[in-house]
Amino acid sequence: MDYFLELFLGGLTRGSIYALIALGYTMVYGIIELINFAHGEIYMIGAFTALIAASVLNIMGFGPVTILILAMVLAIVYSCAYGVTMEKIAYKPLRHSTRLAPLISAIGMSIFFQNYVLLAQTSDFLPFPSLLPELEILEPYAYIIRSSEVFIILTTFGVMVLLTLLIKFTRIGKAMRATAQDRTMAMLVGVDVNRVISMTFIIGSSMAAIGGVLIASHIGQINFYIGFIAGIKAFTAAVLGGIGSIPGAVLGSLVLGWTESFATGYISSDYEDVFAFGFLVLILIFRPAGLLGKATTQKV
Amino acid sequence: MARFKNAQSLKKGFVLTVAAVAFVALVVLPATSFAAKDAKAGPLKIGVGGAHSGDLASYGLPTVKAVELVVKAKNDAGGINGRMIELLTQDDACKPEMAVNAASKLVTDGAEAIIGHICSGATNAALGIYKDAKLVVISPSATNTDLTHSGNNPNFFRTIGSDYAQAKSIVDFSLKNLNAKNIAVIHDKGDYGKGLAELAKSLLEATPGVAVALFEGVTPGAVDYSAVVQKIKQSKADAVIFGGYHPEASKIVTQMRRRGMKIPFISDDGVKDDTFIKVAGKYAEGVYATGPKDTSKNPLTIKAIADHKRVYGEDPGAFFINAYAAAQALVNAIEKAGSTDFDKIVNALHNEPVETPLGNIKFDERGDAIGVGFSIYQVQNGVYVEME
Repeated sequence: MDYFLELFLGGLTRGSIYALIALGYTMVYGIIELINFAHGEIYMIGAFTALIAASVLNIMGFGPVTILILAMVLAIVYSCAYGVTMEKIAYKPLRHSTRLAPLISAIGMSIFFQNYVLLAQTSDFLPFPSLLPELEILEPYAYIIRSSEVFIILTTFGVMVLLTLLIKFTRIGKAMRATAQDRTMAMLVGVDVNRVISMTFIIGSSMAAIGGVLIASHIGQINFYIGFIAGIKAFTAAVLGGIGSIPGAVLGSLVLGWTESFATGYISSDYEDVFAFGFLVLILIFRPAGLLGKATTQKV
Repeated sequence: MARFKNAQSLKKGFVLTVAAVAFVALVVLPATSFAAKDAKAGPLKIGVGGAHSGDLASYGLPTVKAVELVVKAKNDAGGINGRMIELLTQDDACKPEMAVNAASKLVTDGAEAIIGHICSGATNAALGIYKDAKLVVISPSATNTDLTHSGNNPNFFRTIGSDYAQAKSIVDFSLKNLNAKNIAVIHDKGDYGKGLAELAKSLLEATPGVAVALFEGVTPGAVDYSAVVQKIKQSKADAVIFGGYHPEASKIVTQMRRRGMKIPFISDDGVKDDTFIKVAGKYAEGVYATGPKDTSKNPLTIKAIADHKRVYGEDPGAFFINAYAAAQALVNAIEKAGSTDFDKIVNALHNEPVETPLGNIKFDERGDAIGVGFSIYQVQNGVYVEME
């Protein structure tokens, strides 16, 4: 039973890691129906910014909590800057072309950012300091769950709830839903669609940055390629949960995390990905729109 | 109709282009390669293929520097039999498909012998092309057993011990020095890691009283390996043997230690890299890894490292000494052979010993350097220390 619990918690952590990235994917898709393949790279840039900021702040002699907060804020600011600029340069001019054009543009941005960081920083793996405080209450349970895992799980659920509330109850949320439903109509009734889309990228990029900082301090190493692999898995999770649906992204990520964890634990890690993607196919056969996705035009 | 016509002419154009390319290739390629072989007066071109970019660049770039140093010294002394040496480098990023391209490029550019490649998978992919072009290849780091043991590659030599020798030293150390009885064998599903893990597994199974607790492959680059770590714990293994490279090893070791698992972790040459210690930090302490025998007291090694520091301003990286020896062996063989004729160079490599940082070496009939083997190292206070 202990073994089951350990695998369950391992899957929960892994799922939450995917979810932090998947939320950004699903949100951008929900509003403008664009699969932003460069989202994983924004996550990677967030992690690199936090690493540089943390190193500098550490030399300047700040305390661990200040470092965490400042590094996180800087990571968010940088990631948002990259996210919004990317939207303006690579996606906005293509808004009225075919669906395929922005997708290819997104893949291009993804490769561009990877190589940019490879050249501007390094190709090596870099150690990432564990910025998250170790909670003393969890000390006796260290063999099954660690503080950083608790932080990741809590953040994932917190972000999910906040996003749902934002979209359901705020003014900008209403504007987002309007844009998602019908962009032209929304414009006609006075919604500033450009602002809404920028806002979407700001929120998506912030989540990627938060994810980058938390996940990198949990894993303890980063390089320029981490965004790609994590991004592919998160994208899979978002599709599994029903792309465009916020709770769906979290549910899909958790299902994917658990599938991988239990497949490794009870069968073999050699076939981890086989089971994960086999499960994806199975679910999409019975629910083509994903677990929580609605097969209608309303996406958020 | 217009569309049909268009397609027709496109097709015609395509056929013409293919024919033209094939014609040019037929006429020009052999011409250039003959020209290269006959033009004894021009520079002697040595190709260096390996991972020069990507996340394994730290394994490949030191080789380029080593070869540069040897070649520079030789050129300053008047070259080989009066011919200056020129280096051609090609990046394969450790990927087999890129290695094939890199090899073709080197052959087309007129390379007359090759130092490389770095990763076994990439080397294996490139070897066929070099064999067809009758070029000698000396790798400083490709350790896959079959590269020499299969007998298919008469043009292949290496200045590093094979995986078989490595697996044997890992298993012997685990059984004799660590007294392990129930060992988990983990690998990264790659050519190198999985090959080594399978050799270790078969060696363990052949030993009475020893069990393989677990044999599993992990996906390289996955966000975490907690499930595999739990599985190792569940298997009650008293030691872990890992075949693969440092990015995965550091994640697995970190997660094991954080979960309070203190069993020994024994890995391979792919982990005996300072990046591993840098990334895994305090969790790297106590980890064992095999690496080439320590030759740091050899005066030639001291000189090679001093030269590297003087020219590049830093300490050399992985496989530098092996690459240095490979370059010396190649230069020596070409000089003793008196030409770049394939059979003569091969003969010289087998029979003409050369003084290198790895000792006085020549190659056995399979292509493995005689007397080059492995030691076990342990991370102690942030550095790898050779075990007695």
